[in-house]
Amino acid sequence: MLITVAGTKKEFEDGLTVAKLIEIENVETPQYVTVTINDEFIESGAFDTTVVKDGDSVEFLYFMGGGQ
Amino acid sequence: MITLKKSDFEKILKHAESVLPEEACGLIAGDITEDGKEIKKIYILTNIDHSNEHFSLDPKEQLAAVKDMRANGLTPLGNWHSHPESPSRPSEEDKRLAFDSKASYLILSLMDREKPVLNSFRINGDSAENEGLVITE
Repeated sequence: MLITVAGTKKEFEDGLTVAKLIEIENVETPQYVTVTINDEFIESGAFDTTVVKDGDSVEFLYFMGGGQ
Repeated sequence: MITLKKSDFEKILKHAESVLPEEACGLIAGDITEDGKEIKKIYILTNIDHSNEHFSLDPKEQLAAVKDMRANGLTPLGNWHSHPESPSRPSEEDKRLAFDSKASYLILSLMDREKPVLNSFRINGDSAENEGLVITE
């Protein structure tokens, strides 16, 4: 299946979960990553059970915060 | 070295002053060249913590900004935030939450309202290096 990851179209096997995609894409600090599929935010607790489908567009957003 | 247009500095300053006493925050994007980094666009985002001591970027606005960067061929360079009551240097929390050692972290101090100070840092673990921010016309 063809999905778009951070703006780039890539081929993956069917049945890919968000958790597996994070692993394949070598996402840094995955515990602080927010994931969207087609602009919908995915709860981090659902990464293991959410399956990416053909034609989906996935974005990884890295938490940014701090304080004085 | 990292450069920022004076007009963008003024936008950051104006916004940061407008949300006092809360911290202000946003993203920066541009180009990476042999000479360093050139900030071509700044993004003003909502601090969803609405705090004078912490900031977290609004994820929906962050998503929109990332898409805008891509659409305009800009490289994500890092983020900026204000310190309403402390100097322009990374706090312990800033260091703890800086996950990208290649990113630039701009910090605007409004501690002295008459003399705002903006610096850019690269943060790697406990160490922070001042990148030498140059504001251009």
